[in-house]
Amino acid sequence: MNGAETMKRTETMLLNLGPSHPSTHGVLRVLLELDGELILRADPDIGYLHRGIEKMCEYRTYHRCMPLMNRLDYLAGEVNLFGFCLAVEKLLGIEVPKRAQYIRVMLAELTRIASHLFWLGTHGHDLGAMTPLFYAFREREKIMDLCEMVSGGRMFPLYCRIGGLAADLPDGFIPAAWDFVKTFPEKHQDYHALLTKNEIWIERTKGVGVMTPDEALDWGWSGPMARGSGINWDLRRDNPYSSYEEFDFVVPLGRNGDTYDRYLVRMEEMLQANRIVRQALEKLADTEPGDVKAKDPRVSLPPKDAVYNDIAGLINHFKLIQEGITPPVGEVYQCIEAPKGEMGFYVVSDGSPQPFRLKIRGPSFINLAAMDKLARGRLLADAIALIGTMDIVLADVDR
Amino acid sequence: MKTAAELLQEKFPEEVVEVTEFRGETTITVKPGRIVDICKTLRDAPETYFRYLSMIAGMDYLPRSPRFGVVYNLYSHRHHNRVTLKALLADDNSPAIDSVVPVWSTANWHEREAYDLVGIRFRGHPDLRRILMPNDWVGHPLRKDYPLRGK
Repeated sequence: MNGAETMKRTETMLLNLGPSHPSTHGVLRVLLELDGELILRADPDIGYLHRGIEKMCEYRTYHRCMPLMNRLDYLAGEVNLFGFCLAVEKLLGIEVPKRAQYIRVMLAELTRIASHLFWLGTHGHDLGAMTPLFYAFREREKIMDLCEMVSGGRMFPLYCRIGGLAADLPDGFIPAAWDFVKTFPEKHQDYHALLTKNEIWIERTKGVGVMTPDEALDWGWSGPMARGSGINWDLRRDNPYSSYEEFDFVVPLGRNGDTYDRYLVRMEEMLQANRIVRQALEKLADTEPGDVKAKDPRVSLPPKDAVYNDIAGLINHFKLIQEGITPPVGEVYQCIEAPKGEMGFYVVSDGSPQPFRLKIRGPSFINLAAMDKLARGRLLADAIALIGTMDIVLADVDR
Repeated sequence: MKTAAELLQEKFPEEVVEVTEFRGETTITVKPGRIVDICKTLRDAPETYFRYLSMIAGMDYLPRSPRFGVVYNLYSHRHHNRVTLKALLADDNSPAIDSVVPVWSTANWHEREAYDLVGIRFRGHPDLRRILMPNDWVGHPLRKDYPLRGK
């Protein structure tokens, strides 16, 4: 009897991770080919949450696209809308009043903190650390309350408008925001105490999902994913929009490009976001209350007085309500530094009230594409860490 | 220093169709034939150094002809600038263009999406399957003649 005959016949195993699995952060199915516990191949199967948002937008006026934008990356709803409004404003060539710019920045940074807190809680939970979730949601809840104050919506405030904001901040918002800003750094210590030096956490994240800077660029990574690999790039600093150039903040960088470094980057980003909110609150004090909408008849309704007493005002009002915004023929690409990376909007206008084409570049979609590269040769348990570190939201992946 | 448009006009004078500026953005329309060479040049030339592909959008310009197009948005981390590259595809019935996956790995899913939703074939793509719609789906939803509510 030779050796070959005594060997047992072996074959690889196909395993479905998802589509409904608590650690896939939504409805994601990953088809894993396993050799024992080793991953030979990982094929993410997406599209379970595809709502055809790009298609729907082609049939809607620009205003009616806006609620859909909130629902892209729903953990940072207002940031997406912010980006979409910037894109349409660029198309129209509109400058937004300073006060509206600062409020947008403030909300975007608060949302960044909320999004990172959600990531921290779920990422920790996936890897067996139950407690961070409770601490993270404690502060996230306060941000949700702030969002509720501005417009009534917690997840989807729908507060930005093309040309500015729906309304000025309500009474009581500024003190509440100051309260959050002042207490957050102290609460942030709690998260560090739970995880940063935790032996199990380090074991599960160090050296897992390593991306070199060159690979990260090649795979189109942006935001904290790229910065974890040491790529010194932040759209807020390098291509500033909405007055970000007036703010002082540090862009944290990782060195090893692994899950642990990306964890540290996001942790520090929360503190930096908090600093930006603080500066925005200070700057807001120097602006004129109520000045939150561009005075441009193409996007802003005229004052009621003009509608009732002036034929031009009346026509302007009806045109905007019945027809909507009609940008000139042209195409623009506008991107912003969303919590998960570069959120881009490619808007093509044919001069009609509906976008001819709206292409959304969601960061989650791009980050997830590298799943196979990161997972090959790792253990099955690492796949969970990888999904967590990518900080994907399936609504943003599938659109 | 040369801009991306000047570089392409110098190295690929036959390929550049049009250069437009709108709201501070440069869009270079090129012929689709040598798209991979063009992308490689833009990626590696020190004047441009577009190491990062932001997005690929499949376009359907119906009723215009050429009907289909592919739009690439590139970013340079060295110069912190962008350029939009646009290629209009000759065939209105079965549009196809060479895949740029050899230039940027991230193009893989972008091209799968453009194939799935607009029906543009990318020659040489390592794994051209549907990505958002189910595998047995008929039609390409982002085409202009595809009805909003399906079927």
